[in-house]
Amino acid sequence: MPPGVSRCPLVVAGNRWWSRGPAPPTVARVIRTTPFHPRLAALDTQGLYTHWQGHLSALRYSAAPKHEYFAVRSSVGIFDTSPLSKYRVDGPDAERFLAGVLVRDIRGCRPGRAQYTLWCDDRGFVMEDGVVLRRSPTEFLLTTARPNLGRLTDLAGRLRVHIEDVSDGYGMLAVQGPRSRTVLAALAPEVAALPVFAHTSATVAGAPVTISRTGYTGDLGYEVTVAADRALDVLDAVLACGRDHGLRPFGEEALMVLRIEAGLPLLDVEWTNSRLAFTDDQRVTPTELGMGWMLRGVDDPTRPFVGRGAILRELATGASRWTTVGVVVDPAHWNRLHRDAGLLPPTHESPLPHESLLYDSPHREHQVGYVTSLVYSPVLQRHVGLARVSPDLASPGTGLHLELAVHHRTATVRAFTTTLPLFDPPRRTARHD
Amino acid sequence: MTDRDGTDHPAYDAIVVGGGHNGLVNAGYLAKAGLRTLVLEQRDVVGGAAVTEQPVPGFSFTTFSYALSLLRPEIVHELDLVRHGFLPLMMPSSFHPTGDGDYLLLGDDHGQNVQEIRRHCPHDADAYDRYHHDLDRVVQAVQPLFDNPPPDVFGTDPDDQADVAWLLGHLGGVDRAVMHDVVRLLTGSAADWLEDYFRHEAVKGFHASSSIIGSKVGPMSPGSGLVLLFHKMGQHDGHLGSWAFHKGGNGGFTQVLARAATAFGAEIRLGARVGSVLTRDGRALGVALEDGTEVHAPVVVSALDPRRTFLDLVDPRQLPSDLVDSVERIRFRGVSAKVNFALDGLPVFPALPPRPDGGGVEHFGGFLNIGPTIEYVERAFDASKYGWYSERPFIDAAVQSVVDPDMAPPGKHVMSCFVQYAPYELRGSDWESERERFGDTAQAVLESHFPGFGDLVLHRQVVTPVDIERVTGLTEGNIFAGELLAPQMYVFRPAPGWSRYRTPIDGYYQCGSGTHPGGCVIGSPGRLAGQRVLRDLAASR
Repeated sequence: MPPGVSRCPLVVAGNRWWSRGPAPPTVARVIRTTPFHPRLAALDTQGLYTHWQGHLSALRYSAAPKHEYFAVRSSVGIFDTSPLSKYRVDGPDAERFLAGVLVRDIRGCRPGRAQYTLWCDDRGFVMEDGVVLRRSPTEFLLTTARPNLGRLTDLAGRLRVHIEDVSDGYGMLAVQGPRSRTVLAALAPEVAALPVFAHTSATVAGAPVTISRTGYTGDLGYEVTVAADRALDVLDAVLACGRDHGLRPFGEEALMVLRIEAGLPLLDVEWTNSRLAFTDDQRVTPTELGMGWMLRGVDDPTRPFVGRGAILRELATGASRWTTVGVVVDPAHWNRLHRDAGLLPPTHESPLPHESLLYDSPHREHQVGYVTSLVYSPVLQRHVGLARVSPDLASPGTGLHLELAVHHRTATVRAFTTTLPLFDPPRRTARHD
Repeated sequence: MTDRDGTDHPAYDAIVVGGGHNGLVNAGYLAKAGLRTLVLEQRDVVGGAAVTEQPVPGFSFTTFSYALSLLRPEIVHELDLVRHGFLPLMMPSSFHPTGDGDYLLLGDDHGQNVQEIRRHCPHDADAYDRYHHDLDRVVQAVQPLFDNPPPDVFGTDPDDQADVAWLLGHLGGVDRAVMHDVVRLLTGSAADWLEDYFRHEAVKGFHASSSIIGSKVGPMSPGSGLVLLFHKMGQHDGHLGSWAFHKGGNGGFTQVLARAATAFGAEIRLGARVGSVLTRDGRALGVALEDGTEVHAPVVVSALDPRRTFLDLVDPRQLPSDLVDSVERIRFRGVSAKVNFALDGLPVFPALPPRPDGGGVEHFGGFLNIGPTIEYVERAFDASKYGWYSERPFIDAAVQSVVDPDMAPPGKHVMSCFVQYAPYELRGSDWESERERFGDTAQAVLESHFPGFGDLVLHRQVVTPVDIERVTGLTEGNIFAGELLAPQMYVFRPAPGWSRYRTPIDGYYQCGSGTHPGGCVIGSPGRLAGQRVLRDLAASR
């Protein structure tokens, strides 16, 4: 721990030794605000927040979070992702370092491109996920949901790589939805031709920014990274440009529905960081998490990475315990179940707060899986979820029975497995409008 | 088509007359079951009264029908509408100017709504909870009737008897307090019903707005309770009584239906106006188009209103006289008009001025109810009793481009205004003479709530009840294809003994909004009629 920094969060916040952000507040707070906060707070009629990595994060900006959701699916929405941890990784050995830490082969990621990736422990269990932007042959920016500097530094060894936490130096604004390209291209023409998982430097409102075609909504969308002290200028420009396109800020409630539809897992909901888990039942492998596609080239002996050996053994022996799938609840059965009980069929636009179990029959003889997130999807008009099932039951269309409580008693509703993402509009990856 | 031995083989198994939403739903079900199905639509666009058109380039007007709520969710799933682009954008708010410069702004968050009501009247805050609980219980009791054909309480068929038994069983299970509420709503006035809960005039006015839509009743008239209940029967995403704008307007929705029906194999022919249904020996053989073309099929389903189904498409002399009498007696009496605007920007409500950042427009996300109190609306109704339109009309407005920016060019807006009362028949004048003055009347009301409104108007479209009839074929411009009056509902819709989608002519069926449980964009008539056709075909094989 660096000198002068206490373990007590009361004084850590806003005062980290590596911070390049604005001067520390005169009164240390436990919960800080992001660079966009002054403006976004003025747009917020609710004042309802959760906290994410020590920052206020709006649950919703209006009384109708669903309207914010629809802005993303029908026009354009913005989300403040500034609380993400951001690490600049550079040096002659930066590529070699990341290739040895991350599950996906970063060597295939050219400058100007980005990768969604995982990192594992040496037993091949997933720790966390994140997005890497490759800026040059030797410079990368890694964004993560939780702090990772300690572990990254521990793994650097003698490699010529410099890892810097630049989290507080930048704001990140997600601009997501069918009109996101129109809005951003008016500010930065480079955006118009930007392919999915690519990024570019640009100037918005006179401020240098990085714009990546990435996001957490499963829609056409971008993320704008800007120095904290220029964040409001950029936000104002985006708001002004978006005004005529129905742009709305969206909060965590809308984001949860969007990311489940997109089949995107959330740390501590879909899985537990292996290093922090108590038992292997809490842990998942990349394959079990539905990220087997990241393992292309894993047998390449020129790229040892943390967990590779265990992953190879898992692949060779077929030892994966689970397969991640989408589940779709049978809407007719859902409605009938509740109507017959004298209830109005509920729709949960907020994900269920607990894990619910999947069985092979309505009599619940064998548990064959579990649902990690379940939500009512307005674009799909039914309850959908992310689940883990026995690999032999993973083929799309397999009928299962989802446990739920009706009148304080256990019941089951019919559900079917399906492929992920649950919602994947062609515009997400399309080159042009 | 005739084969070598001279036998007729019709090219189609079923013909649906009219490509309105119920016709398209019906065609979807028939085609899904494997019938070679042809939809004949007189206009060059499907949708009937649910169309989106661009009278001004770039501005999409929902010429007639403008919002969704009652569509039964079963149809969405059974016809796989999501795959074809079904996307109802739920309204985030309802906005009700109270006439004194203040307003009621209600949204998705029940707790915030209760506080908004309390801001006006502390007594009404907890009444709001009780009101919704009681109304939801009534909806819960009545809703199963929307998903099943009305039993033929007059019939002797064993099938009918089973349905009657189902109905009696269902009603027998309804709590007695709920049943009393059902009767209070079905027979009483909305004003009486609301008086039992609320004190504040604007709170009552807000809730009364749905009690008069499309109907020649005032909120104080018996029967307005039924209209109020009907408009609460819908849901979106499980929220009872909530409304949505479909992406691309209600025309966007009927395009989804057309794609679904076509994907199941139905064929849609536009610009094909049907003159009559061909019959022989009491059986339907097909249809004759107005241009003289004949198209043959053993099943013909009329999606038109009952007046046209029974008195225009077939010869009434072929029908039982009591049916003809009943159809002649159906009340249509359209009293609704539309005034649609293309706007240069958002209107301004002085108590909620726009913010420089472009925010503060939440109140324009859903319906704007211009009808502050029950008395205001009742006075608006008075004129229609004497053959004239309201000088201070009720307006149900919606700036759809706030929720769906694709409806207008960037920064511009479209505003749909449903205006009452505008009786189909004017005493001492006609709608061609009154069209623009009526538009001015509606616009003046908007100006009084949104000062400067007139300066924003780029284009104005006035759609009178006569226009509704002329373009969509709905008799007397009645938007429900027959008023929502107790003697015209359920087992009596459209006529006693003929509520189960058949007609006295074998192979000739009805599926329009004039059959149970129409009107509104609900789809159930099309679905239930489709089930009837398919069951009859199965029985005849």
